[in-house]
Amino acid sequence: MKFPKIKRVTKEQKVEKQLNITKEVRKIEQRFEFLRIGLALIIALSVVLFIIALVSDDPLFAIREMLLGPFSSLRRMGNVIEAAIPITFTGLAITMVFKTHRFNLAADSAFYLGAMVTLMVGMYSPLPPYATIVIGLIAGFIAGGIVGFIPALINFKFGANELVVSLMLNYIVSFYVKYLLNYVVRDPYSASLQSYPMQEGINLGNLVSGTRIHYGLILMVIVVIVAFIVLYKTKWGYALRMTGLNEKFSKYSGIKVAGVVMLAQAIGTGIAGFGGAVEMMGLYTRFRWLESPGYGWDGVIIATLARGNPAAVPFAALFLAYIRTGADILNRTTNIPAEIISLVQAIIITLIAAQAFLSKQKQKQIVKTSTVVEQAGGQ
Amino acid sequence: MPKEVVLEMKDITKVYPNGVVANENANLKLHHSEIHALLGENGAGKSTLMKILFGIEHPTSGDIFLHGENVKIKSPLQAIELGIGMVHQHFMLDEKLTVAENIILGMEPKKGLSLDFKKAEQMVRDISEKYNFKVEPNKLVMDLSVGKKQKVEILKALIRGAKILILDEPTAVLTPQETVELFEQLNILKDQGHSIVFISHKLKEVKEICDRATVMRLGHYQGEYEVKNISVAEISKLMVGRDVVRNIEKKPSKPKNIALKVENLRVLNDELKVVVKDVNFAVKKGQILGIAGVEGNGQRELIDCITGLESEYQGKISLEGMDKDIKVNVKNLREHGMNHIPEDRLTYGVSAEASISDNIIANRYDKKEYNKNVLQNRKKIVGLSEELIKQYQIKTDSKDTLVRMLSGGNMQKVVAAREMSTDMKVLIADQPTRGIDVGTAAFIHDRIVELRDQDVAVLLVSADINEVLEVSDSLIVMYEGEIAAYFEESKSVSEEELGLYMLGIKKMSSEEIKGVSQ
Amino acid sequence: MELLEIFANPSFWFGVLRATTPILFAAMAALIASRAGITNLAIEGIMSFGALFAVIGSWLTQNAWIGLMTSIIVGIILALFLAYFHLKMKADEIMVAIAINLLATGGTIFILFMLTGDKSTSAALNSVVLPTISIPIIRSIPFLGQVLSGHNVLVYIAFIMVFVMHYLLFKTPLGLRIRSVGGNEHAAESVGVFVHKTKYIGLALSGMLAGFAGAYMSLGYMTVFTRGMVAGRGFIALAAANVGGRAPIGSMFSSMLFGFFDSLGNNLQRFSIPNEFIYMIPYIATIVMFAYFSHRRMTEKKRVNKKLAKGQISEEELA
Repeated sequence: MKFPKIKRVTKEQKVEKQLNITKEVRKIEQRFEFLRIGLALIIALSVVLFIIALVSDDPLFAIREMLLGPFSSLRRMGNVIEAAIPITFTGLAITMVFKTHRFNLAADSAFYLGAMVTLMVGMYSPLPPYATIVIGLIAGFIAGGIVGFIPALINFKFGANELVVSLMLNYIVSFYVKYLLNYVVRDPYSASLQSYPMQEGINLGNLVSGTRIHYGLILMVIVVIVAFIVLYKTKWGYALRMTGLNEKFSKYSGIKVAGVVMLAQAIGTGIAGFGGAVEMMGLYTRFRWLESPGYGWDGVIIATLARGNPAAVPFAALFLAYIRTGADILNRTTNIPAEIISLVQAIIITLIAAQAFLSKQKQKQIVKTSTVVEQAGGQ
Repeated sequence: MPKEVVLEMKDITKVYPNGVVANENANLKLHHSEIHALLGENGAGKSTLMKILFGIEHPTSGDIFLHGENVKIKSPLQAIELGIGMVHQHFMLDEKLTVAENIILGMEPKKGLSLDFKKAEQMVRDISEKYNFKVEPNKLVMDLSVGKKQKVEILKALIRGAKILILDEPTAVLTPQETVELFEQLNILKDQGHSIVFISHKLKEVKEICDRATVMRLGHYQGEYEVKNISVAEISKLMVGRDVVRNIEKKPSKPKNIALKVENLRVLNDELKVVVKDVNFAVKKGQILGIAGVEGNGQRELIDCITGLESEYQGKISLEGMDKDIKVNVKNLREHGMNHIPEDRLTYGVSAEASISDNIIANRYDKKEYNKNVLQNRKKIVGLSEELIKQYQIKTDSKDTLVRMLSGGNMQKVVAAREMSTDMKVLIADQPTRGIDVGTAAFIHDRIVELRDQDVAVLLVSADINEVLEVSDSLIVMYEGEIAAYFEESKSVSEEELGLYMLGIKKMSSEEIKGVSQ
Repeated sequence: MELLEIFANPSFWFGVLRATTPILFAAMAALIASRAGITNLAIEGIMSFGALFAVIGSWLTQNAWIGLMTSIIVGIILALFLAYFHLKMKADEIMVAIAINLLATGGTIFILFMLTGDKSTSAALNSVVLPTISIPIIRSIPFLGQVLSGHNVLVYIAFIMVFVMHYLLFKTPLGLRIRSVGGNEHAAESVGVFVHKTKYIGLALSGMLAGFAGAYMSLGYMTVFTRGMVAGRGFIALAAANVGGRAPIGSMFSSMLFGFFDSLGNNLQRFSIPNEFIYMIPYIATIVMFAYFSHRRMTEKKRVNKKLAKGQISEEELA
C-alpha cells in the first residue's frame, strides 16, 4: 500500500509564511489608501462636472474651461502655483494640529492675522527691506502661534474643548483684523477700502516672469521640508506622533503629553500665520481682504487628503489650487459661480473621512491574499 | 426529592478563530431553586461558558438544553426571552438616569404619548418588594452605592422574567456588609424558584451560599460537586494546578539592599471601596519578588501606584535613589531606573499603529545617545532596533512593521525588548507572559532571571501559578487587597498551599508576613 | 450711567428676545443631538441652507409657512446625512460636519446666484416673511407689553418649543431612549433598544430644530437671505447647550444670556467704540461662559471625590 507523501511544514516555513502574509497585507492596505483617495477625487469631480452639465448652456465648453483652463497659458499655470502656496501653509498647520487629535481650527483667522501683522511691520518698520521681511515673517508666525495657543491653553486650564473655543476665536480675531483695517491702517485717500501700502521693497520678488509666482514658493518648500524633518526626524516630532497615535502609551513611556499637545497646536497654527505673512509680502503691497480668505478651511481639506504626511501636503494643495483656478476661470468665462467647488470640498472630506468607504473590499482582499499565501507557503 | 434540571450545557467546546481553546467539553447542570457556583481561575473558561449561555458567544460544538428542550441562543435578547439574565462585573447602567428609568428601559409603560412614570415607579416597587430588594425608584444611579447599583442590575433581569440568573464575580465590588445583604437576597430568590449561577474564585463565600459547584480549569471541566460534601482544600486542588511544570534553571538569589519599598499603602477605587489595605513589602536588588493571586485582588491598583500611573493613594512608596522632593511621575520614575512591563499590553504596552522601531525607543527617545543635536540619530536607532529584534527573536520582516500586525507573543517581545534593555534598578513585570506561547514565555523568564543576576530588583505580578512559583525567589500572595502570605523561599511552597492562600482559605498573621518588608 | 439708560428702554429687551430666538432653536438642536450621543457641528451649515431654502420656498409659493416647512425638511435631510456617514460609513462626526458647513458656505451662494444673479442677497426674490403677532391684553401692559408683544411668530414658537422638547426628552419613552443611547450605548443595547435607529431619530429632530433656526433668520429676524448671515450662531449654540446642561430649560437661559450680549452690542453702537469690538462681544462672552462652566465641572468632580474620600472613608470601611 502506498501512502501519500505528507508535506511536513517546518517551523521556519510557518514563520516565513506568516511574515509573507504580513508583508502582503501591508501592501494591500497601502494600495487601498491610494484607491480611496483617488476614488474620492474622481467622484467629487464627476459630481461637479455633472452639475455643470446641468446648469450650463454649453456644458462641453464649461467642462473644458474648468479642466483644461488652468493649463491654457503660462499666467494661468502660474495662478495654480501661486494659489497653492497659502493653502500649503494652512494645510501644514492643520496637519500638525490634527496629529494631536484635537480639533483646533484657529488656523483660518491665524492666517488672516498673520497677513495683517506683516502688513503693519511692512508699513512701520525702520529697518532695511531684507530685515523687515524677516521680521514680518517672524511676526506672522508668532501672531499665528498665539492664536493657536489660546484654545489649547483654555482647554488645559478649564477643560473647555478646543473646537468651540477655536471657532469663536476665529470670529474674534477676524473682527480684530477688520478693526485694524478700518481704523488703524486704512488709507483714507483711496476709493476702496484698503490699507496704506507697505514700504518700498517689502515684497518677496518675482520668481517666474510672466507669472505672479513669488519667492514665497521657495519658503513654502523649505517649510514643508522642515516640517517633515521635525515630524519624522526629531525627538520632539517623535513625541508628537506617538502622542497622537496613543496618548496612554505615551504617558506610560514618560512623554509629557499635555505640553506636547499645546506646543503642537501653537506651532501648527503659527505656520498658518507665517503663511499669511508670505501671502501678504508675496502678492500684495496693500492689505485688501475685507473678510478672511478662508484658507484655513482649505487647509482642513488638504490635511484630510494628505493623511497626516507633510510631504503630501503640497501635492494635495496643488490639486485643490488646480480646481480652484479652474473654477475661477469657469466663473469668468461662463455664468457659473466659482462657489461650485465647495461641493468638491464637501465630497472629498466626507468620502475620505468615511473609514467604511471601501473597507469591505479591502477586507475581502486581505482574506483572499492570506489564504493564497497560506496555501502557497506549504510548497 | 431530586430537583428538576432547568438547564444543561453539554460538552460545550469553544475554539476562537486565532486557535485559542477557551472551553473544551465543558458541562454545567443547573437545578431549580439552586445557587450553583462556577469556579475557576482567570482563564479557566468560566466567563466564556457564561457568554455562550447569554448569547454573546456561540459554541463551536455542544448543546444547551433548557427544560429539556435543545435551544440555540443567538443573542442576549434571545437569552432574555428564554428567561436568562446576566449581571456583569462591569454594570450596564446609565449613570445619569434614575433607577426606575434604567430598569424599565426598553419596556416603558405608556400613558398616551408620555412615559407613565407612576406606573414605572410602581412596577419597580412591586418587583423590589417581591424579592425584598430595597431600592428607591427615583434616585439617580450615579448617587447609589455599588451594592445598590448591583441590586438595580439584578432587578433589571428579574423584571424581564429571568428565572436563571448569572452573576459574574458579584462580590468583587462589594463591601463585606453589602455581601451579607446580597447573600440574603440570593437566598430569597432561590426560595422563590430561581436558579443562580454564581461565578467566583472566593471559596469561603462559595461554601457559605452555594449548593452545588462546577469546577473548571484551563477550559476543561473538572466535575460537579455538592458543596457541603467537598472541602475547600479539595476544591482548591481541582482549580489550581499547573499544566506544564517547567523547571527554570537559576542560581540561588543573593539579595542586596532594598531598591523599592512600599509602606502602608492604601488605595480607594472610583467607588471609594478600599481595594488595597495597608500593604507593606520591599524588593531587594538581585531578588525576584513574586506577587501571586487571582486577578482583581488589588494587584492592578497596587502596580498603578508604584509605576506612577495613579497618584491618589495613602502611604509611602520609595524608589532607591529618588529623593522625596522629586515629583513622582512616570518620567522621573523611569529616569531613576524603574522599568515597567504593563499588564494591559494593547493600551499601555505598545502603540499599535506605530512601528516596532518607534515602540522600542519610546523609553529612551530623548536621551543624548539617540539624538545628534536637533535630529534623531537614525543610525543608532536603527542599530538598536535591529539588535533588539534579533536578541529578543521578534518575528518580523522589518523594524518598520506596524506593531498591530504582530502576534500577541511578538507584541510582548517588543515590550520586553524595550523594558528589559536599559540600565535599570527595578523592573515591574505585570502578567508578563499572559496569553503568550510557551517558547516566548520561557524566553522572557530567562531574561528576567538574567536581569536579577545583574542585581536588578524584580517585582513579578502573576496570576499564573507556574510562573510565580518557578520564577520568583520569594513570593507574597494578595487576597482582597491584603498580603495573605509571604514565603521567603518560593521553592518551599506547594501549589496546593499556594492555592489555599490565593482563594482566601488561609491567611498568615502579620508576624509571619513581617519579613517581607525587611 | 448711559448703560442704565439702555436697560431702561423696553426695546432693548425686545431685542434680547429677538436675538435669543435663533440661538435658542439652534441650542435645542445641539442638545438633542448631544443627548443622542452625537455632536452636531453642522448646525451652522444647516441654518445657512435653511435660511436660503426658507426664502426660496416662501418665494415660490408666496407662503411663508411653506418656506418654514422647506427649511425644516432641508434640515432633516442634512442631519440624516450626517448621521448616516457617521454611523454607517464610520466617518468622524466633526469631519462630516465640516464638510456640510463648507458645502453650505459655497452652496448657498451658488444656488442664490443661479436664481437671482446676485451673490450677496436674496432681495430680488420677493419672499414672504412670517407674521408678527401682537398679543391682546399683554400688549397693553406698560413696559412688559412692549417687550413681549409684537414679535415674529417664531419667537413665541421657540419658547414654546423649549417646553415641548423638555417634555419629549424627559417624559416620553422616546426621550428616555435617546438619553440612554447617548449615555451608555451598551446598557441600552442590552435591553433591546435599537441604538442606531434611535440616534437617527435624535439627529432628525436636531435637523428639524436647526431648520426652524434657519427659517427664522431669513423670514423673521431679517427679511432676506444674505451671505454670512448665520455668523457663527450654530457654533455658539453648541456652547449654549453645553452651558445649559444639555437641557431645554437650561439652554433657554444660556441662550438668553447670549441674546443679551448680542442686543447689548447693537445698542452700544451709539458710543464711539469701533463696531468690530462690539461684534466681538457675543463670541468673547461665549468663550468666557464656556470656559467657566467647563472649569466648574472639572473641579467639581475632583471636589466631590476629595470630600467623599475624607468623609465617607470610615463609613465604607466599617461596614
